[in-house]
Amino acid sequence: MSRLAVEAQGLSKKFGPFLAVDHVSLSINYGRIFGFLGANGAGKSTTIRMLCGLLQPSAGWARVAGYDVLTEADRIKKVIGYMSQRFSLYQDLTVQENLEFFGRVYGLNGSKLKSRITQVKELVGLQGLENKLTGKMPSGWKQKLALSCAILHEPEVIFLDEPTGGVDPISRRNFWELIYKLSEEGRAVLVTTHYLDEAEYCHELSLIHAGRIIASGSPREMKKNYFPGHLLELVCPQPLEIYEKLKTWSEVQGVSLFGTRLHILVEKESREKLEQKLKGLGLACSLRQIVPTLEDVFIHQLEKEAEKVKANGLG
Amino acid sequence: MTSMSDLVLKIKGVSKTFAGLKALDGVDLEVRRGEFVCLVGPDGAGKTTLIRLICGLEQADRGEIEYFGRRQKKLGSKERARLGYLSQYFSLYEDLTVEENLDFFSRLYGQARNQEVVERLLAFTRMTPFRQRQAGKLSGGMKQKLALACTLVHQPDLLLLDEPTTGVDPVSRRDFWQILFNLQLQGKAILMSTPYLDEAERASRVALIHQGRLLAFETPDNLKKQFAGRVLELITSDPQSWYKRLKSQAVFLDLQLFGDRLHLVVRPEVQVSEIAEFLINQGVKVEHLAEVPPGLENVFIFLINKSGGQN
Repeated sequence: MSRLAVEAQGLSKKFGPFLAVDHVSLSINYGRIFGFLGANGAGKSTTIRMLCGLLQPSAGWARVAGYDVLTEADRIKKVIGYMSQRFSLYQDLTVQENLEFFGRVYGLNGSKLKSRITQVKELVGLQGLENKLTGKMPSGWKQKLALSCAILHEPEVIFLDEPTGGVDPISRRNFWELIYKLSEEGRAVLVTTHYLDEAEYCHELSLIHAGRIIASGSPREMKKNYFPGHLLELVCPQPLEIYEKLKTWSEVQGVSLFGTRLHILVEKESREKLEQKLKGLGLACSLRQIVPTLEDVFIHQLEKEAEKVKANGLG
Repeated sequence: MTSMSDLVLKIKGVSKTFAGLKALDGVDLEVRRGEFVCLVGPDGAGKTTLIRLICGLEQADRGEIEYFGRRQKKLGSKERARLGYLSQYFSLYEDLTVEENLDFFSRLYGQARNQEVVERLLAFTRMTPFRQRQAGKLSGGMKQKLALACTLVHQPDLLLLDEPTTGVDPVSRRDFWQILFNLQLQGKAILMSTPYLDEAERASRVALIHQGRLLAFETPDNLKKQFAGRVLELITSDPQSWYKRLKSQAVFLDLQLFGDRLHLVVRPEVQVSEIAEFLINQGVKVEHLAEVPPGLENVFIFLINKSGGQN
């Protein structure tokens, strides 16, 4: 039986009467990248803090790299790496100085520290930048340095909390190449992001809402299993005028503008009717079904939850 | 239907140098009424400088900026009053309530309190229930919506937004798009910079800026037509190890690895069947292989490489 990198069962956390995390269960294998998605305040950070051994759960249990979060929190801290957008590098230190400083914080020294710094610099591509002042580097490089500092002690499980906020597309792609390398080394990675195009890079995903996990699967499974409607893309010469019309049609559950295109959400059954109605307008339009984005899935699931709350009279 | 009078902003040959470094190099750009233009580019490409020039926070070394159809050397106060500017560092008064912040910013723009505008903005941003809440106690996404509302109190005709969605969660971001879209319907013009290319898919036109120069300025559709390649989606077991093995193959112009699939970029003349055969010969168990439309990220990387790559 393969040992799991992260395993949680019924993990819960109450702050006073407020249930921040409500029976969360998840498992991550070594070598896998797990995307943990949710809006602000959904319970992501509280869950991560429990998994890192920084916060005692109110109920349930979890093991991280084989250690129990309840009884072996101190050991967990030594085998995990953590990096967030708010990661505090020392801006007035050089790249090398930051690496040395954080390496020592993690208990490395002497030749071990030296060889790890060399290895990590090579992995991340920081060679030649040793004497650069951290504060003067572009944000993409700062992020890479922050990640380097978080993996010096060879953690088995890495937590990345919104690691790429505000970073440009090319730097983001390079950063993900790095995360894949870490997963190839057999490390498990848990990553949170607000940018759902980025969630496409993860092997598995879970969506958390109001402290509960409401959807899980690979990116493809999420789109297949949690988005029941049809998403149609309409290309037409006057999208703004048609938008106003579409909004009033009963078949249309949602419509949004993408440049010169409109994305229209309908139930499977009403697709044909919509096509006929559009034809009736006598416009040169083209309509095709498109795969929803993870953002579409995410928003759809959250709206469904909001309706449930309303229906139960809890809202 | 567009005419000259629809032109809200016209930028001609604008250049700006900071300490010997060319931040902007002969940039041309225009924004029309009801248009949503997205400014994309790597960090340090010049996006923020351009927006600051338009706001009048910096002076161009060369070139001209025309506001609302009028040419002028310096941004006049009349034109300034028609601009709304929201930067990444916009700061709300955290100890004031939502409504007090709106009042404060309307006074800042020299306008008397206009209850009707305040009510409309609160409703527009879905913040009416939170009007009495202190700004410091709002979530990140709500703060950003309030910041946007504060930028709109003086009812500007041209909105300049510098990376406004950084750190905003997807739900608030959807609200944000709805607000921008409604502004477009009202005929406002929007110029927004963003590092996120999926956001640029929503724009009327996308301006790609790299090393201070404008590489492309087109609708997302036309931009994709400039992409000389086809994107094929491959679904197979263990895409990660195939990514490593296929990366060095010359037939692929670019490879992109996702959690459960691969995107292969090939030359336009290459057929899907050829690639299928190639992959099977390599030993790939092809579960699914089909062409997918290129994303703006594909186009972006293609155009930047074409222009000489990233330094």
